[in-house]
Amino acid sequence: MTDTPIADMPDAPRRSLSARLSDWYFAETPNPAKRVQFSRPLTPWIFLLPQLAIVVIFFYWPSVQAVTSSFYIEDPFGFGSTFVGFENYTDAVTNSQYASTAWFTALFCVVVTALSLGLGLLLAVKADKVIRGAETYKTLLISVYAIAPPVAGLIGMMFFDMHMGPFTKLFAAFGYDLRVGIDYWDTAFALTVIAVWKQIPYNFIFFLSGLQSVPVSVREAALIDARSGWRRFKDIILPLLAPTAFFLLVINITYTMFDTFSIIDVIVKDKPANNPMTLVYKVYLDGFKGNDIGGSSAQSVILMIVVAALTVVQFRFLERRVHYG
Amino acid sequence: MQKIKPFDHLILILGTLFLCLPVFMALMSSTHTAIDIHSNGLFLTPGDNAGPTYTKVLTARGGFTGDVTGLRMLMNSMIMGIGFAVGKIVLSMMAAYALVYFRFRFATVIFWAIFTTLLLPLEVRIMPSYQVMSTLGLLNTYTGLIVPLLASATGTFFFRQFFKSVPDELLEAARIDGAGPVKFFIDILVPLSRTMMAAIFIIMFIYGWNQYLWPLLMTTDETFYTLMRGIKSILQVWVGSQIPDYNEAFALAVLAMVPPVAVVVIFQRMFIKGLTESDK
Amino acid sequence: MAHLSLTSVGKTYAGGVDAVRDVNIEIADGEFIVLVGPSGCGKSTLLRMVAGLESVTHGDVRIGDRVVNRLEPADRDIAMVFQNYALYPHMNVRDNMAYGLKNRGETKSVIAERVAEASRMLELDPYLDRKPRALSGGQRQRVAMGRAIVRQPAAFLFDEPLSNLDAKLRVSMRGEIRRLQRRLGTTSLYVTHDQLEAMTLADRLVVLNGGRVEQIGAPLEVYHKPASVFVASFIGSPAMNLIDARVEAGRVLVGSHDIAPAATDAGPVTLGLRPEDLSLASTGLPVAVEHVEELGAQRIIHGEVAGQPIAIADSSASELGETVHVAATPGKIHLFARDTGRRIDLAAAATGLAHAV
Repeated sequence: MTDTPIADMPDAPRRSLSARLSDWYFAETPNPAKRVQFSRPLTPWIFLLPQLAIVVIFFYWPSVQAVTSSFYIEDPFGFGSTFVGFENYTDAVTNSQYASTAWFTALFCVVVTALSLGLGLLLAVKADKVIRGAETYKTLLISVYAIAPPVAGLIGMMFFDMHMGPFTKLFAAFGYDLRVGIDYWDTAFALTVIAVWKQIPYNFIFFLSGLQSVPVSVREAALIDARSGWRRFKDIILPLLAPTAFFLLVINITYTMFDTFSIIDVIVKDKPANNPMTLVYKVYLDGFKGNDIGGSSAQSVILMIVVAALTVVQFRFLERRVHYG
Repeated sequence: MQKIKPFDHLILILGTLFLCLPVFMALMSSTHTAIDIHSNGLFLTPGDNAGPTYTKVLTARGGFTGDVTGLRMLMNSMIMGIGFAVGKIVLSMMAAYALVYFRFRFATVIFWAIFTTLLLPLEVRIMPSYQVMSTLGLLNTYTGLIVPLLASATGTFFFRQFFKSVPDELLEAARIDGAGPVKFFIDILVPLSRTMMAAIFIIMFIYGWNQYLWPLLMTTDETFYTLMRGIKSILQVWVGSQIPDYNEAFALAVLAMVPPVAVVVIFQRMFIKGLTESDK
Repeated sequence: MAHLSLTSVGKTYAGGVDAVRDVNIEIADGEFIVLVGPSGCGKSTLLRMVAGLESVTHGDVRIGDRVVNRLEPADRDIAMVFQNYALYPHMNVRDNMAYGLKNRGETKSVIAERVAEASRMLELDPYLDRKPRALSGGQRQRVAMGRAIVRQPAAFLFDEPLSNLDAKLRVSMRGEIRRLQRRLGTTSLYVTHDQLEAMTLADRLVVLNGGRVEQIGAPLEVYHKPASVFVASFIGSPAMNLIDARVEAGRVLVGSHDIAPAATDAGPVTLGLRPEDLSLASTGLPVAVEHVEELGAQRIIHGEVAGQPIAIADSSASELGETVHVAATPGKIHLFARDTGRRIDLAAAATGLAHAV
């Protein structure tokens, strides 16, 4: 006797189709952002429409196109294209220039991130400590944030100019011939200095606001528990800064991968011969200068995966770390 | 309390010099002549050539076609910065409002569709984006310069966080007071968000003003050049010339720096609040 | 102004959780009703259903003669005062009060007149041009009241309006709310978890537990004749002593001690004794004293009887030994069925001679 007699079913009130449709449409979401929400069929879509339209046209359409064209080789004269499967990917990955670019990008990321995080933290800790002139230091240090990367590149280029650049002269005084734009590692050095210079203020702002949100009572408790300032910093303050630091780590890596584009473009000036560059710059060069749309798209897709993974890691970790705060 | 050691100040002074001295020297050098810079290097003191250099950079027609002046580029940069910031605030406030304050089917799907854009910066899909723009005939237009950059949901994310922190009772009180969705948005939520809007405006203005790669691709017509695009073209002219126009390049750099730096310095407190609260 | 009626009202959430079940309340015009219960008992949900902020899943809510189940909050002719006041932070006091009237399309002169009247009544005149953040907690509370008053609604709904205030202010605001309500004669529904607030404000109390009504009645009626163990333990401070007892041959026994006569069936019962209905006696129920709280006017003696905790409110100043004997005031004992927790009516027996043993 497993059949449930129909008579035992609870009385389902007879409801009109439109009532059932509206119940389905306004079904309560599992975690509503608000205890009470409006239930209007059209209004939310009117508010969403502009953003959705832009996202679809300028985000999803090109993104899908990047993926599709990565599987094709386009005729250089624009006469159709041929499906080649993963050939663009294998070509890109096995290309020795791609390998060296990827290698440089990784190295560049590590060095720029480490230096700009370290210096940003150092300056933030000191600015948090001093009282006299704190506001002046803060304003001066933060102001550089607003300078655009290409402007930073231009100023940097002048400083490393082979005729009159102060850095070139400084190195010459020590007997080293700095040839930025010609020598691979000299250019890499200049790029690193400029990229770090541009990024310090950002890290400084976040570390300083992180430090200033450490409660006074915690600082005072630390003052009682630990004699040495370094111990207090290492055991108490640094762990409290960890969420900020982790957030900045990811941001700095994405910065070095993408926002340095304009610095490189200004310093290298479309003359990539024997100059270091990042993966993003190579996507641009192969696509716009080399007209290799398939290859450029394949590289784009690889980059997309790397960045998406980074961002997902950031969200996951951040959410977990934030609970410590 | 803790003692202040001169060592702390030393580090801060060195750091400040490292960050600010290049900017200062760029400013000073822009007031000298190109020959002066070429033979003596960069300057720490003002020269007497500021008038001619800035007049030339601002008013002389430059570029390959001779269509664009520095003033025009300054205006285009302004349009880019303000247009982007305003567009961003309007779009993202509306979208965030719909996501937070309405109950409707597909809300979750829409949420993810919008926030996936945070994963991928424009740079990784630059090539197909260019193709889409040329298909739509948006190359060399202000729309093409500004609108595609609005596709990232940073602002929406920020306003969503902010709206969620607005007490529920405010909506309930407004509903009892007879406010519908549009009235609540305009009468209550928008005025309530004024500080946040200002903070976001500052950050987005700087972001829009500082755009480089996108204008580089979108504009071949020099009347649409921004200052960032101008920097690229002034450097391209250098190739092969005897003494590069160092002074003009510096002057252009100064023009490109002053508005965003001024905004940050003047609205420092608001800017930091917006930055540290939106990115987290 | 209108009467309010809830008929078999219930709320089932999407997950199948019943927050409110089968509530029936008839509220007369001008009555002050307090919904009281512990957190999570459904009292706020019930209030919000009346306000139209939660949908009604079962039954009918009537305001006046209209069923309002499907009406927007603004169309229900009610006004609500929130726990955190919910004042619009960017509007000054005057605009906060006027906003609802503006939305209803009242003329400027009507709005000005009503705001002026409410502000006079609540002594808000000096603050009309201030923003809420420039007001103290008590002043904000008054603005929230003013916003409700200007609407001249059929009913006021209060959602724990005093719990964000400090203890002293709470007492004075309590009086102010009661006076105002009397003067305006507006039907009011008031939610609180504070039984003292409930007792002092209500014409009638509605005690809720687990989404159900435990008892409806005037404060003293609920106090003197709690309908269940839950009501007995919730209303009154210090709380009623609830002691396992049994009835044998028409008498209530705790252990081997005879407490009082009880004309009810033999079997296990819960015996309820209010601390203030117990007094020290030379003989009687022996209580092992554990500690004593001195309150000045009286003291609360905490002890143990037959392995169960008991409290006695004592106003005498006599020396206490390790064991004291207590007697219950005749007619002031409560019996509850052990299985259902419902009150066993001793009306017949209580008139008799309940006496200390």
